[in-house]
Amino acid sequence: MAVTGLVFIGYVLLHMYGNLKVFAGQDAFDEYAHHLRTFGEPMLPYGGLLWVVRAVLLLSIIGHAYAAFTLWARANKARTQKYAVKKAVAATLSSKMMRWGGVTLLLFVIFHLLHFTTRTINVNGDKDSPYDRVVSSFQPEMWWVAVIYLLAMCALAMHLRHGVWSACQTLGLTNTAKSRARANSAGVFLAVVIAGGFALVPLSILFGIVD
Amino acid sequence: MKITLNIWRQPNPTSNGAMQKYDLDGVSEDMSFLEMLDLLNENLNEQGEDPVAFDSDCREGICGTCSLMINGVAHGPEVTTTCQLHMRSFKDGDTITVEPWRADPFPVLKDLIVDRSAFDRIIQSGGYISVNTGSAPEANNLPVEKAKADRAFDMATCIGCGACVAACPNGSASLFLGAKITHLGELPQGQPERDIRVVDMVAQHDHEGFGGCTNIGECSAACPKEIPLDVISQLNKDLRTAMMHGH
Amino acid sequence: MTDTQQAAPTTVSDAADFFTLGAPIADTKAPADASVPTRWEERKAHAKLVNPANRRKIKVIIVGTGLAGAAAGATLGEAGYQVESFCYQDSPRRAHSIAAQGGINAAKNYRNDGDSVYRLFYDTVKGGDFRSRESNSYRLAEVSASIIDQCVAQGVPFAREYGGLLDNRSFGGVQVSRTFYARGQTGQQLLIGAYQALERQVAAGTVTTHTRHEMLELITTEDADGVTSAKGIIVRDMVTGEIETHLGDAVVLATGGYGNVYFLSTNAMGSNVTAAWRAHRKGAYMGNPCYTQIHPTCIPVSGENQSKLTLMSESLRNDGRIWVPKKKEDCAKDPREIPEEDRDYYLERIYPAFGNLVPRDIASRQAKYMCDDGRGVGPEVDGVRRGVYLDFADIIARVGRDAVEAKYGNLFDMYAQITAENPYEVPMRVYPAVHYVMGGLWVDYDLESNVKGLFVAGEANFSDQGANRLGASALMQGLADGYFVLPYTIANYLADSHERIDESHPAVVEAKKSVEERINHFLTTNGTRSVDSYHKALGHLMWEYCGMERTKEGLTLAIEKIRELKADFWKNVKVLGTNESLNQSLERAGRVADFFELGELMCIDALNRRESCGGHFRAESQTPDGEAERIDSEFAYVAAWEWGGEDGHSPVLHQEALSYEAIEMKARSYK
Repeated sequence: MAVTGLVFIGYVLLHMYGNLKVFAGQDAFDEYAHHLRTFGEPMLPYGGLLWVVRAVLLLSIIGHAYAAFTLWARANKARTQKYAVKKAVAATLSSKMMRWGGVTLLLFVIFHLLHFTTRTINVNGDKDSPYDRVVSSFQPEMWWVAVIYLLAMCALAMHLRHGVWSACQTLGLTNTAKSRARANSAGVFLAVVIAGGFALVPLSILFGIVD
Repeated sequence: MKITLNIWRQPNPTSNGAMQKYDLDGVSEDMSFLEMLDLLNENLNEQGEDPVAFDSDCREGICGTCSLMINGVAHGPEVTTTCQLHMRSFKDGDTITVEPWRADPFPVLKDLIVDRSAFDRIIQSGGYISVNTGSAPEANNLPVEKAKADRAFDMATCIGCGACVAACPNGSASLFLGAKITHLGELPQGQPERDIRVVDMVAQHDHEGFGGCTNIGECSAACPKEIPLDVISQLNKDLRTAMMHGH
Repeated sequence: MTDTQQAAPTTVSDAADFFTLGAPIADTKAPADASVPTRWEERKAHAKLVNPANRRKIKVIIVGTGLAGAAAGATLGEAGYQVESFCYQDSPRRAHSIAAQGGINAAKNYRNDGDSVYRLFYDTVKGGDFRSRESNSYRLAEVSASIIDQCVAQGVPFAREYGGLLDNRSFGGVQVSRTFYARGQTGQQLLIGAYQALERQVAAGTVTTHTRHEMLELITTEDADGVTSAKGIIVRDMVTGEIETHLGDAVVLATGGYGNVYFLSTNAMGSNVTAAWRAHRKGAYMGNPCYTQIHPTCIPVSGENQSKLTLMSESLRNDGRIWVPKKKEDCAKDPREIPEEDRDYYLERIYPAFGNLVPRDIASRQAKYMCDDGRGVGPEVDGVRRGVYLDFADIIARVGRDAVEAKYGNLFDMYAQITAENPYEVPMRVYPAVHYVMGGLWVDYDLESNVKGLFVAGEANFSDQGANRLGASALMQGLADGYFVLPYTIANYLADSHERIDESHPAVVEAKKSVEERINHFLTTNGTRSVDSYHKALGHLMWEYCGMERTKEGLTLAIEKIRELKADFWKNVKVLGTNESLNQSLERAGRVADFFELGELMCIDALNRRESCGGHFRAESQTPDGEAERIDSEFAYVAAWEWGGEDGHSPVLHQEALSYEAIEMKARSYK
């Protein structure tokens, strides 16, 4: 769970960095998208690195989901008779949302792939330029697309907020009160930076800062 | 004060239980929570109704026998054991829901009493240092850094009550497990068996049917001895180290 | 030679109407021709051994999993015997040894302050007011050092100094620092160590634990020579109600003390005398049952529904000052408003040399006198205020609140949690409570009772502590017996072959039947009074008449009242439910029934012992200035009581004379 989670954290960090190229203009963004495909040439074929990344991500998501569902199933089996009254004393909202939040993110990723990668879902006219596809998707008249993405970023923030801390625990990095506090802060920090960084793009387009 | 109790009643391990309501008058705020239940039982006995079965023994917060889920919180609203909870934590007219620990590895025996022998089996699987009586070296031959001795002690204060399991949304006993792993692993005496201990104890924990830890932190918040979440991290670290050593 | 001496009573016993005098007894196992310090070496050197290959064919039954029971179980399991371990708790780890706070003594002399085995032995015998058996007390001191080694190796996290070595503190007014401790939870840590060692043997297959099982009868047989031997026990599975028979080659009772005869005590709710009492009824002698230790600093009773008393560590008396108002009309006032000149620091006034640090029995008794005088403080319960102030204002003013918090923080928190009063601001209220019993089943040097094959360890036996126990010595005795004494002495017994019986033996059938009949009686009486109400009434009588101060009139009255109450109990107790389920009222009924019989014997023993010694204070036996007066010429003996039979049959008193070779008998004085 923790290891695959870290893979995702690394990936979303890079992904977010790439997205922010939107603010550098169409050329920079499209060039970046193209560069991702030529990266490693000629040792790798066109788009080769991307496929490697995709393979790693796919394996990670399988591992992550498998571990998650195993834990979920074990938890259900460990308490078949539920409490009539049960209060959470210490649980953060994020920790309570991990499972359904995770499922939400999975559904979002599928939607996102259909939207931008396979271009199966076409919300505002198909464009060849990645930049155009992004900008056209988040136009104010297509506000619901932005809403989907922003909600997903909330889910991502919460998932990261607990996930980062939880991964530190699972990896045995938090053996003191101080390190636990640091892991918690790291969770909040990464959640804000990553989800916030992603959210900047649709928000900027929605409010006409980028066009 | 007058209170209303909503209590889980279950005559035996195989029957279905149900919540049942009781009104209780004459409760004083100096009573402990368990003395309040004693009073209820005295009344029930008088009325010819089976008294509510609940576990308690030392009633001074150290034996770990008492085990009630009170208004959805393990050991109730204060950070202490049920036996050290007093009725002054409640108000006249309150309705209090009382349930047993809920976890399949802790089956209900009757009413509010559960079977926690799974914890004993976890200890059997490695929660000790192997030293036969009589074979111990002179105690001061092995100095232990004070900070380590203190940490070992803090983790050894676990009373094995099971509140961590009861509070955990996953029904995991990782805090209990981690406390023992950390207590023994912190001391030089505990080193020779450190790897095998964590591997065997985790295997037994899973075998008993406890859930996995997702680091939510309810366990530590419910722990009457305030065992910190560090121990779960330590448990994971020790497990990883053991696996790297080929266990 | 101890076996030929007997103190001859010169006057008629106050309890003459209640018992008959039997033949004297003596310990025959301690090598009498060896000097006191060499006896244990001698005994071990000549004790018989059991071949390792034979051990796995030998079954030892151990009842109780406290320090003595768990330590013995683990050690005998390691040796290769088949051990069957029983406890009424849901796990061996919950035995009441866990609640001991202060520490454990050991003659390590790590402080280089002049401690030695002899000095610990001396303090034990003197503290016990010369009513313990010298050989046993010496051995206790002798093995104490090994206990610390063993526990440290097990991972018991004792307090340490910055250099990494073990820390010690001074405890209970002795002049050396020999107490090892793990913050305020020493008992817990030691028990967890023993428990883990026991569970290790469960995993190894040598020990089988039976939790939630309560021993209800001892199975004994009698041979042609009239010698009674223990062959097994009858237990009730407290979950299913099944009555089980367990047979073995030896039976060890490590079932703790019987302080709950007083209803309110610092014992656990389930602590009881039943196992020991059933053995007593089957022939085992009960030694010095009236020796009770009453601890001066417990949190006072706050109401009629109180179920339990909580101890506040004795260490608080090092810095707290004990007082009550001089004027009765001040008792209900806020103590902070009572001016200095209206306060009576009575211990400092009466005992200027020792002040607040007088021994437990003296501090307790004086608190009782103050409250009897109408100067007690705190809430009125049954019309009397039973509490005295333990005031920390002076020490807080002198060293500051932080320093006091560092030393006593956890105790102050505990007090605040229970009473909802802040002891940093308002003086604590304390009152004595029953804490420990020195009395118990009579055993010889081998810890074997007069019933062959029945061994008794820890608080359940009478042996090492005399009439009063030193602070931090209860844990020491439990572990000494379990780890280092029993494993040798029981082997000596098991090395000989003993007749084995099976479940069809008449003794088994009879024992099982009596258990079933008793249970059936409780369930079919259909009376009107709850078990607890009887227990409270008995406890009240015991506390009133067989508590801190005992008189001939009071004890005689108590015997009469206990008998009445007992008769009513058997006719009128109300126990609902069935045997075939978890039935807590039924469990308690059996325990209270035995407490009645024990309570009566305690009063008879106290009535007979017309002297004041240790925890036993007879008002008739005091010096002109009101101090305890021990009468060695008449009472330098262990009172070993034989069960006389059901109502109408008096118990039989067997005296074991006490003589002192290594220490000279002296009167205690704290003035």
